[in-house]
Amino acid sequence: MGSKKLSIIVFSGTIDKLMPVGILTSGAAAAGYEVNLFFTFWGLQALTKKSIGQPQPIDKNYEQFGPVMMQRMQEMKYPTWDQLIMQAKEVGEVKVYACSTTMEFFGLKREDLADFVDDVVGVATFLDRAEGGTTLFI
Amino acid sequence: MSQEVKIAKTLDLKGMFCPGPVLETAKAIKTINVGEVLEVYATDPAAKSDLEAWARRTGHQIIDMKQENGVLRVLIKRTK
Repeated sequence: MGSKKLSIIVFSGTIDKLMPVGILTSGAAAAGYEVNLFFTFWGLQALTKKSIGQPQPIDKNYEQFGPVMMQRMQEMKYPTWDQLIMQAKEVGEVKVYACSTTMEFFGLKREDLADFVDDVVGVATFLDRAEGGTTLFI
Repeated sequence: MSQEVKIAKTLDLKGMFCPGPVLETAKAIKTINVGEVLEVYATDPAAKSDLEAWARRTGHQIIDMKQENGVLRVLIKRTK
């Protein structure tokens, strides 16, 4: 077994990218991985209280599949990406970090972010937490 | 052999898809005592290999796994 750590730089704020972030995070947390999520740029936009619970935009490339995918996910009673992250936090060791510089770019404050955000940090902190594990950029 | 195993809790995860079965199993294993057995029913085609990988990762022990009429039944012993 050994060291088990998965870290993801969540750069994209479209649903086609947020879903895999949620799925990987919850699967890894359930299996005992330490998970670190660093939300930055458009990913950080998705993490605002205003955005959570709203339908997320889909990448232009997959636009035509959007409506049918949404309908199927509802029929399957599939969790939303943020529900997956909250379930992952219930079951395992998951830390959600927001990028401080991006917050300044977008004029966001700590209280504008979802309640499951653990901390506002910089890249050095994220790299330190991610050290020794697998890191993905999504 | 599996008839002799005492089941502490049963989880019905039929109709649930990845990562649901693994997530729910991970939650439920914490609700039984060490040495007790969790019974899981799942229909997700990924459930068999996912639960095997999950058990290998977490160290819990799969003591029985059977597929009947498209339904997977797994017995997992909590080890720690």
